[in-house]
Amino acid sequence: MSAPRPSTFLANAVRSGARSALEVVDEHLAAIAADDDQVHAFNLVMADEARARAIEVDRTVANGDDPGLLAGVPVALKDNLCTRGVPTTCSSRILDGWRPPYDATVVTRLHRSGAVVVGKTNMDEFAMGSSTETSATGPTRNPYDTGRVPGGSSGGSAAAVAAGFVPLALGSDTGGSIRQPAALCGVVGMKPTYGTVSRYGLVAFASSLDQIGPFATTVADAALLFDVIGGHDPADSTSLNRPTPRVLSVLDDGVAGLTVGVLVELLDGADPDVAARVHQAAEALAAAGARVEEVSVPEVRLGLSAYYLIAPGEASSNLARYDGVRYGLRMDAEDTVAMNTATRSSGFGPEVKRRIMLGTYVLSAGYMDAYYLQALRVRTTIIEAFDAAYRRCDVLLGPTAPTTAFPLGAKTGDPLAMYLSDVCTIPSNLAGHPAISVPFGPGDDGLPIGVQLLGPALSEGTLFKVAAVVEAAAPTPPALAVGARS
Amino acid sequence: MSPPERITRDDVAHVAHLARLELSEEELDLFTGQLAQVLDHAADVASLDLAGVEPTAHAMAITNVLRPDEVRPCLDRDEVLGQAPSVEDHRFRVPRILGEAP
Repeated sequence: MSAPRPSTFLANAVRSGARSALEVVDEHLAAIAADDDQVHAFNLVMADEARARAIEVDRTVANGDDPGLLAGVPVALKDNLCTRGVPTTCSSRILDGWRPPYDATVVTRLHRSGAVVVGKTNMDEFAMGSSTETSATGPTRNPYDTGRVPGGSSGGSAAAVAAGFVPLALGSDTGGSIRQPAALCGVVGMKPTYGTVSRYGLVAFASSLDQIGPFATTVADAALLFDVIGGHDPADSTSLNRPTPRVLSVLDDGVAGLTVGVLVELLDGADPDVAARVHQAAEALAAAGARVEEVSVPEVRLGLSAYYLIAPGEASSNLARYDGVRYGLRMDAEDTVAMNTATRSSGFGPEVKRRIMLGTYVLSAGYMDAYYLQALRVRTTIIEAFDAAYRRCDVLLGPTAPTTAFPLGAKTGDPLAMYLSDVCTIPSNLAGHPAISVPFGPGDDGLPIGVQLLGPALSEGTLFKVAAVVEAAAPTPPALAVGARS
Repeated sequence: MSPPERITRDDVAHVAHLARLELSEEELDLFTGQLAQVLDHAADVASLDLAGVEPTAHAMAITNVLRPDEVRPCLDRDEVLGQAPSVEDHRFRVPRILGEAP
């Protein structure tokens, strides 16, 4: 059985001249115009730019040239990916009016593959959040139930793909910000190995954890997008200068001979219906020829605490650049320090302030060793524990998030409860490992559930072929409340 | 290792100053409680005995990434300055620095 490849079909139709890119793009722009007022997936719809680029793609085809693997395919970008001359806000007031003077490397690679960027998607402010509710532009709503959150922080990208506004989108994942909203919105979302996708032009949150990755409706489409954006980039000093796994070509290879470990610690806090879906996915992999066993990696239980020391520490340093001097918001004051303070106090929302202060505190004299360096030592123990598990298993399996989508406002007053939404996804970020969330049917409440596959560094090929088998065995997805997917 | 003492309202006020954030009295109260809650949760990490374990700052060890020292085009100066809130003579303009004559 071959994995479904809607974006490949779409691109092939454009490349062969059977459909025009302009018609494809107009169709998606119309869907956004019709329904995004109910979802608020987009901060900005780039209708004019998208139509102009679609016309270029059609001209390339008319000239007998090949625009590329994503010819005419509409793509949405999380609003922390720089687009030259087009507002990039990180859903923060502090970047009001900023138009970046350059494109992110992933944007350049999308253009080179013939893709058409149709807009910038909503997110938690500076990617700090798990529900897209900390956005200064207001929350995104889940297309399966508009009273519920889409997850976050890449909630706009997840919701845009879920509602059928775009077949593909990019997000960024620092502690689960691609995989968790993918799970809550019933789409595929993948965090690559740290360093396989260039971070040049991704507005930094926690630099040792941030990684850009794909959203798609199917595993094969996510693989295609990963193949397009991955690979070494001299503009990012943390980019790996070694061959990036190509995943599309191995997608139908199956799981015979592979060992899958069900990671018991990730099931600890999961709702019973979520845990049941994980076990059902494990059975499907066993039926397809994989060896399935239970695996315990107790160290991952420390991941959440370590992450909420490391990520705010890095964020407090990265966000020091927003000082009202070079770009974005400035609040006037009589001297420079007062201007810096007034600008930052007015421009950042409460969650960003909270994390800047937490990070400043754990990096300050007297606390750095007890908190920050201790968290970095825990990071070492988590990596070593994963290494031991991957000597026995090719991939690990668990839930992506402990629950289905929660109601808007349910966790906004309790930061720790919100942070717990990331408990299953954080360990892979700390280890720099790849992981993918695959939709696996509705929960008891009729909302989407995602199961997560985790692998060691650079195991993307294995992850994607296992994901394709999980996808093929997935129960019928729930019905959308808003939008439609082709 | 024993975890540090609980974060106080004065600590939060000090940290806000270091981070160039001005907080209202209500925000100070709110953030003191919330930061204490997160740091209490982190006691599981802070109380571990990890003597001899090396800290990991980066999961993928890459060091000394250099490029050839050659002249290349960079961002356009006017395009960059065009994004600044205030500019004078091709430079970023800021209000006076504390302590200097205006």
